[in-house]
Amino acid sequence: MENVNLKINGLDVSAPAGSTILEAAHIAGIKIPTLCFLKDLNEIGACRMCVVEVKGARNLAAACVHPVSEGMEVRTNTPQLIESRKRTLELILSDHDKKCLSCVRSGNCELQALCQELGVADEEYFAGESNQYELDTSAAHMVRDNNKCILCRRCSAVCEKSQAVGVIGPNRRGFATFIGSPFEMGLGDTSCVACGQCIAACPTGALYEKDFIDEVLAAIEDPKKHVVVQPAPSVRAALGEEFGYPMGTDVEGKMAAALRRIGFDKVFDTDFSADLTIMEEAHEFIERVQNGGVLPMMTSCSPGWVKYCEHYFPDLLEHLSSCKSPQQMFGAVTKTYYAEKMGIDPKDIVCVSIMPCTAKKFEIGREDQNAGGVPDVDISLTTRELARLIRKVGIDFQSLPDEGFDDPLGESTGAGVIFGATGGVMEAALRTAVETLTGEELQNVEFREVRGTDGIKEAIYHVAGMDVKVAVASGLANAKEILKKVRAGEADYHFIEIMCCPGGCVNGGGQPQVHADVRNFEDVRAIRAKVLYDNDAAKAVRKSHENASIQKLYEEYLGKPGSEKAHHILHTSYVKRSIN
Amino acid sequence: MPEKKQTVPFSGTKEQEEALLQVIAEQKDEPGALMPILQKAQDIYGYLPMEVQKIISDETEIPLEKIYGVATFYSQFSLSPKGKYRISVCLGTACYVKGSGDIYNALMEKLGIVGGECTPDGKFSLDACRCVGACGLAPVMMVNDEVYGRLTVDDIDEILAKYE
Repeated sequence: MENVNLKINGLDVSAPAGSTILEAAHIAGIKIPTLCFLKDLNEIGACRMCVVEVKGARNLAAACVHPVSEGMEVRTNTPQLIESRKRTLELILSDHDKKCLSCVRSGNCELQALCQELGVADEEYFAGESNQYELDTSAAHMVRDNNKCILCRRCSAVCEKSQAVGVIGPNRRGFATFIGSPFEMGLGDTSCVACGQCIAACPTGALYEKDFIDEVLAAIEDPKKHVVVQPAPSVRAALGEEFGYPMGTDVEGKMAAALRRIGFDKVFDTDFSADLTIMEEAHEFIERVQNGGVLPMMTSCSPGWVKYCEHYFPDLLEHLSSCKSPQQMFGAVTKTYYAEKMGIDPKDIVCVSIMPCTAKKFEIGREDQNAGGVPDVDISLTTRELARLIRKVGIDFQSLPDEGFDDPLGESTGAGVIFGATGGVMEAALRTAVETLTGEELQNVEFREVRGTDGIKEAIYHVAGMDVKVAVASGLANAKEILKKVRAGEADYHFIEIMCCPGGCVNGGGQPQVHADVRNFEDVRAIRAKVLYDNDAAKAVRKSHENASIQKLYEEYLGKPGSEKAHHILHTSYVKRSIN
Repeated sequence: MPEKKQTVPFSGTKEQEEALLQVIAEQKDEPGALMPILQKAQDIYGYLPMEVQKIISDETEIPLEKIYGVATFYSQFSLSPKGKYRISVCLGTACYVKGSGDIYNALMEKLGIVGGECTPDGKFSLDACRCVGACGLAPVMMVNDEVYGRLTVDDIDEILAKYE
């Protein structure tokens, strides 16, 4: 692409034509503060934090949306600009609940960081009338506190554009404007899919997950309870960010050590039940192909995606695999097989999951998720909650040794680890399905066509005389494109993997929040996914069906994949829901 | 806080729905179709209740929240029907300094609705208006085309009783 030449703060800068001033400044290593801007999603130039002086222009320009042109001269940091940004912040603060000490985002709040950087000296400078809102606690997974909302619209942009849901947005106008749902419905009454991408996008403490840390601590403290924990694959790929490690650091060993020191009786691993999911899902897929079942089959690991399908594509529910998600399979096995093996009453087991996900909080309360007569999973925490829990109990994360998981539900293969990246479930399933169908050992277990962060990926594999056509989508807006084709009968896929969050679980709504000034320029999804693929590549065993603990589970308890017992414990059903 | 939810039961007819569907079919592929659809929907129903916004959402695939956001942004759109008796209280300068704010508040309390709404029986709707050109009679309110001037809060019961 052609480049244009301009000057920013007196420096010569060359940037591709069509770049914004913000992008050109980034190339030159100059940081312009932003607040409402989210690349590709919320490019509205509304908050005026990124204002810059453009020579010859009458007004200050919003760098996030203003395109560069040849010979342009831009200044980004004059005293007047700094003053203007400061004034903007003071105005935002005039209608912002400034209880920062008790705020979940304190220390990690973009508004707070900007106030510090720009030297806002008096948060009451424009004190006056302020709006008072009740908290919306109607959803299973999260809270909206509009008293902390700055109306940047990042949440509603993500909800509508990235996730094709659009259940939140600005209502009314002027000073009365607030972000909410139609007809003042609580979020829990809408067709919100609980993905939590709005929380990930929020710069302040207006949106946060419902916190269950104290319930976990109470269970651990209760001598009658046997408390087991299962962290999902993606947690190890991002937890380190909360403790000063660079993005893309694998902290699996320290995470296991931290969980043990928190006091869990057993530190197991959701990677184990990811392998188990593959056993059931690959079997279900082969059976559907061989017996004329409903195709394409679609994965069912992502509870946000499952809920989306129930609301928006209820006519396609037959395509969903009946397999429970790894989180739920783990709980189900814990409260049946493990409980029997250990001689513990399932009622006395508390199963805690650590998830990169907020929809998992919704999922644990779903119907038909209670194989042992009690809920499969009792408490689901996000990665962020785990970080807070680690801090709360006074663990120095960085100085922890690397430790492993406990047996028998802690053993896993590389196939289980890659579940957290878009395409990972497909690849893991193919490793098992292809070997099952051909009866031969795979020479190369890597199915690279389904890797990468593209929203939609397609591939055809020749397996045992058959062309298996697969598709992988992440982000519900991408999923919607594929689903519309399936609905119209225009897609001849056999197997589709769908993950609710863009890039898969590594970029889930429960992961550590990444400030927009990082997120706008780095591919968080790819950096975290690499942790999982490296972890997989380093494993001696990389196929789910070669997991010795899984083999033993089938020998001792379940029989075969797809057996009646396996169905009772590891499979579930879905309901049709409406759109609101 | 946001105003209360609508209180008047929806009573749209089949003819109205057909007219709305026709409007949507004509408009929906045009860019920026939502505004004209909402305007025509309000022409058809007189207001934009949830049932109407839902039809628009289903037919256009525009999320209901987006429609609601637009409907609550523009003052030309109303979420409540107008009552059999439309009460308008002048909050213009002259009336306001003569105490029409108190009258407006008293009406909200007596009718159990806020401005812009309609009582559940469909009888009274309440709106604020600006200057009806009778400043000499301030404070002023109107019930349909009838003007009442030099009001005090104590006059309200008697006026409402005339329409009971």
